[in-house]
Amino acid sequence: MKKLPNWKELPMGGLILEAGSAENYKTGGWRSIKPIHDKDKCINCLNCWIYCPDSSIIVEDGKVVGINYEFCKGCGICAHECPPKVAAISMVEERR
Amino acid sequence: MSKIVAKTGNESMAEAMRQINPDVVAAYPITPSTEIVQIFSSYVADGLVDTEFLAVESEHSAMSACIGSAATGARTMTCTASQGLALMWEMLYIATGLRLPIVIAGVNRALSAPINIHCDHSDTMGIRDSGWIQIYSENAQEGYDNLIQAVKIAEECCLPAIVTTDGFIISHGMESMKLLEDKEVQDFIGDYKAPYTLINPQKPITVGALDFTDYYFEHRRSTAEAVLQAKDKIIKVSQEYSHLSQRKYELFEEYRLDDAQMAIVVLGSTAGTAKVVIDELRSKGIKAGLLKIRVYRPFPAEELAIVLSKIPAVAILDRADSLSTMGGPVFIDIKSALYNLEKRSKLINYIYGLGGRDTTLHHIREVYQDLQNILDTGKIAQSIKYLGVRE
Ligand code: SF4
Ligand code: SF4
Repeated sequence: MKKLPNWKELPMGGLILEAGSAENYKTGGWRSIKPIHDKDKCINCLNCWIYCPDSSIIVEDGKVVGINYEFCKGCGICAHECPPKVAAISMVEERR
Repeated sequence: MSKIVAKTGNESMAEAMRQINPDVVAAYPITPSTEIVQIFSSYVADGLVDTEFLAVESEHSAMSACIGSAATGARTMTCTASQGLALMWEMLYIATGLRLPIVIAGVNRALSAPINIHCDHSDTMGIRDSGWIQIYSENAQEGYDNLIQAVKIAEECCLPAIVTTDGFIISHGMESMKLLEDKEVQDFIGDYKAPYTLINPQKPITVGALDFTDYYFEHRRSTAEAVLQAKDKIIKVSQEYSHLSQRKYELFEEYRLDDAQMAIVVLGSTAGTAKVVIDELRSKGIKAGLLKIRVYRPFPAEELAIVLSKIPAVAILDRADSLSTMGGPVFIDIKSALYNLEKRSKLINYIYGLGGRDTTLHHIREVYQDLQNILDTGKIAQSIKYLGVRE
């Protein structure tokens, strides 16, 4: 196991001095349901990308290429915001 | 040359704030500290200070705004009393945890219920575990002097600090006092160089992040260390200020204690009343003295123990009740400060002056009479008493 810093080694006031360090703290494990993205149905309107509160929709060259399950919380907003006629995201039970 | 002026406690604190010229003041008025905010806001309106003044909608917002301001690295102050301080309570702990040197010009007032606007120390005693540096003043002069020192103390310790006067007794009482020159104050406090700032795009940081079981304990431990280290810094700044002002400031004041057989321990304005009685008793050959606590947090436990251990009978006067059945907060602290001594003094506690009830020379004489009885009989009849309440 990684040795954590002792109290004398930490920056004062609980500060985090490294920018963007939240990326190192994986929170996908909180999820109980999981979005599944269907590339064939997707029209790449990017609604899901705009609404995802956790920046977990992975977009490359203007196209949704997947979901970052290391951070996705399974809130289902992406599935809800996907146009009903398209319904490219379905929520399924998380199994680990 | 220092100027001699006539000022109330509130005016003296507003004057200190003008001379400090903080970057930001966010405040909400509350009796009896309203005048501090009011006078200071007129300084802002008249362009006498460079301060960004935020008139917020509550004390909770005032302290929240102060925290945001201080996190950017701005020298930040506010003023409050009583329910206002109570409403800030949640944010006070955050100011400490983020190590932000916010300074409050406080005025002591009772807490509801019943509603009461007069002096006691229930409000500030309620924040005694918050990690704020707490400094009590005997008069308007000390309120002024302590407030100037608090800015430097807070910044050197990276901890927030509150300086208080007693509501109405000091805050609205006019007295003659000495002011420093504006330049002397500015030179004394110096420029504030914050250890961190939230608004440097070259060096982005996170302030107020979530801690779980893996880090919270370590962060609290380091804050406890900052409070432990604060005492020496307070002593140093107080010495520098004593030198500048020619007025002596220490963790506590000892008044005729050297050969004292009995002593009163008290905070704030009642110290003045006690001094009059002590002089009276001394003229009759009675060895009475006073210990006035100035810096209540961090608590000067070791220093107090050294002094008090030599005095056979000590009465601790609390202008707040802890409602713990253990007496007032100062009594509880002093009892535990003396516990490990080989030879312990006899201690008694008086809860006095709640809700602004006058504490007169007569009351103080009564306390010394009780102490005399303890010295004569070696026995404590009643260890916690209410002084001046109708029985
Ligand atoms: S379920 Fe929620 S967190 Fe996960 S990708 Fe969809 S919107 Fe984002
Ligand atoms: S909202 Fe639906 S259709 Fe639009 S990009 Fe996301 S998955 Fe594709």
